[in-house]
Amino acid sequence: MQSPRTTRRIKVLVAKVGLDGHDRGAKVIARALRDAGFEVVYTGLRQTIDQVVAAAIQEDVDIIGINQHEGSHFHIARKLLQKLEESGAGDIPVVMGGSIPLVDVEPLRAMGVKEVFLPGTPIAEIVKRLEEIASERKHLAPRAKG
Amino acid sequence: MADLYSEEAKEEIRRALKKWEEQVLPEWLSRMPEREEQFTTLSGIPLKRIYTPLDLKDHDYLQKLGFPGEYPFTRGIHATMYRARLWTMRMFSGFGGPEETNERLKMLIRAGETGLSLAFDNATLVGVDPDDPLAEGSIGIVGVSVPTLVDMEVVFKDINLGEVTTNMTINPPAPVLLSFYVTVAERQGVPYDKIGGTIQNDPLKEFIAQKTYVFPPEAAVKIAVDVMEWSVKNLPKWNPVSISGYHIREAGATAVQELAFTLADGIEYVRQLRARGMDIDEFAPRLSFFFDSHINFFEEIAKFRAARRMWAKIMKEWFGARKPRSMWMRFHVQTAGCSLYPQQPWINIVRTAIEALAAVLGGCQSLHTNSFDEPFRVPSEFAAKIALRTQQIIAHETGVADVIDPLAGSYFVEWLTDEVEERAWKYIDKIERMGGMLEAVKKGFPQREVEEASYRFQKEVEEKKRIIVGVNEYREEESEDVRKVPLLEFDQQEVERRQIERVRKVRASRDQERWSRALEELERAAERGENVVPYVLRAVKAYATLGEIMGALKRVYGTYAEPPYY
Repeated sequence: MQSPRTTRRIKVLVAKVGLDGHDRGAKVIARALRDAGFEVVYTGLRQTIDQVVAAAIQEDVDIIGINQHEGSHFHIARKLLQKLEESGAGDIPVVMGGSIPLVDVEPLRAMGVKEVFLPGTPIAEIVKRLEEIASERKHLAPRAKG
Repeated sequence: MADLYSEEAKEEIRRALKKWEEQVLPEWLSRMPEREEQFTTLSGIPLKRIYTPLDLKDHDYLQKLGFPGEYPFTRGIHATMYRARLWTMRMFSGFGGPEETNERLKMLIRAGETGLSLAFDNATLVGVDPDDPLAEGSIGIVGVSVPTLVDMEVVFKDINLGEVTTNMTINPPAPVLLSFYVTVAERQGVPYDKIGGTIQNDPLKEFIAQKTYVFPPEAAVKIAVDVMEWSVKNLPKWNPVSISGYHIREAGATAVQELAFTLADGIEYVRQLRARGMDIDEFAPRLSFFFDSHINFFEEIAKFRAARRMWAKIMKEWFGARKPRSMWMRFHVQTAGCSLYPQQPWINIVRTAIEALAAVLGGCQSLHTNSFDEPFRVPSEFAAKIALRTQQIIAHETGVADVIDPLAGSYFVEWLTDEVEERAWKYIDKIERMGGMLEAVKKGFPQREVEEASYRFQKEVEEKKRIIVGVNEYREEESEDVRKVPLLEFDQQEVERRQIERVRKVRASRDQERWSRALEELERAAERGENVVPYVLRAVKAYATLGEIMGALKRVYGTYAEPPYY
């Protein structure tokens, strides 16, 4: 489907970082977002931070979504945000979802993760939030590209 | 024929039912309409309003149920079941480094646990050492890190491996972890014929679900069958495979898919073992299984009963097993992790209790109960103890363990057992037509089926066709109390540092020549297609690390990556 740049569909990179094999959530989300009209790129399992950043830039995505069930969310968030910054892609918002303790949500936000979705979050809520995040970014930091 | 009802009796029941439906029911329905037009099980099996003897179509008591300890084992594999010995209370545990896990294991033994079960971290699960770049930040989080023989010795410090049985949830690196374990036992003075326990070693389900695959499917099965063959010949009390539906279910499969895919995996391993010239009765008694116990109570009980009956039939009729033990489906159960939610987390205790009850009513041999804090993290000691105590309450207070297979004869339970069985056979037929599970996995068939089911379930939750308490109904703003749930805390960075340091120390201090020769011999043996276990064992004793041994095997067998589809 070709559409002009300005009205293109929101493009999301759904990523699995490290050795965590729990991909049920990532695949359900990828499909649900596609059904909701998003353009979705799924990385598959066992990606390095560098691979995720490269894919995000290459695919020119609007949002990076990290699915995490391993408990290394702080480590991943820290490295990913840093690597994005270094690669000049620090404006791409990062969201996370998965088995993340409630007490870790605020610290993740403080680090710069835009949103954290815990298990049980309705898909409609995720869709709405991602739309907000994408439009905020377009408004604040339009990327002169394409 | 041992049909319980004569044609006359059935006719009489049929007439009475018709009368009830025509004369009694309509008035009730108009006054009190039912909550749903069509109720279904969690797996989507449509349910009737009520079940009667008429639903037990062709129900021959002796043929379908018989007695516990007798073919087809629907009522249980032992004649005395829990009246003689309760199921093994086996709590899956492990976190941090070997020191932390050793402490936790000893705590659980003191609290009355009767079997051990090791959870490994992701690096160990996929067979890389703690200093592998992909493992960074993950060491010891979801389980214990065990990259060397030295680590395994610490895990079992002051635990006599001749007195406990241990389950190890490990798949592609199974030959390595098994070699660690038997070497530790040997050094404790425990002879091979006294080493008891289970190694998961089920690679097929890794492609369908758990996704800790390493080698391509053919090679993965070859190595797993090496472990099975070697164990059957050397470790008479060891279960060298735990054919697992658990992960398949957790990935979103229905109860029927879980059952069918697990049996189809088992059939594949049986064929592979027979192809090596082994007699069915030589190895079949050592095969063990592992299922999920989800929240839809009766469906789970029906699944367990159907599983036993189906496996007995497969072993006897398909493969010509003669020993009753070969026909036993012995299984471990874990309550459903995927049924637990972070919202109002305490109510997970209730879910787990109900699921554990279903496992016991279904006749499991061992059981793990999840802790209420698992949507957040590996369980705290406090939460793990509540989960263990849940089993002890079921065992000692409720009385459900005092009569064997107490739900047999329930029209509903027997009907549902038949229904689950019939649906599972259809899947198995389909997989057989594809050439068995190895071929089906290569085609991606079970993978797609599970993904479809998982998406369907999610949509049902979104549309509130399925109510999940605290999640899509009865929601609350998270109270401060949730933030105060005492989660397991340990210094992960310190553990990671310590584990990296230890593996480097092991690498630096071993007999380098013996080490390199052992790895070299392993690689050559793998190239020749020999059973790799004796060579892995030698490499382990020469202090080759997990990552090095897996590296040698990867050089010969290659690696696998799932195409990134959704």
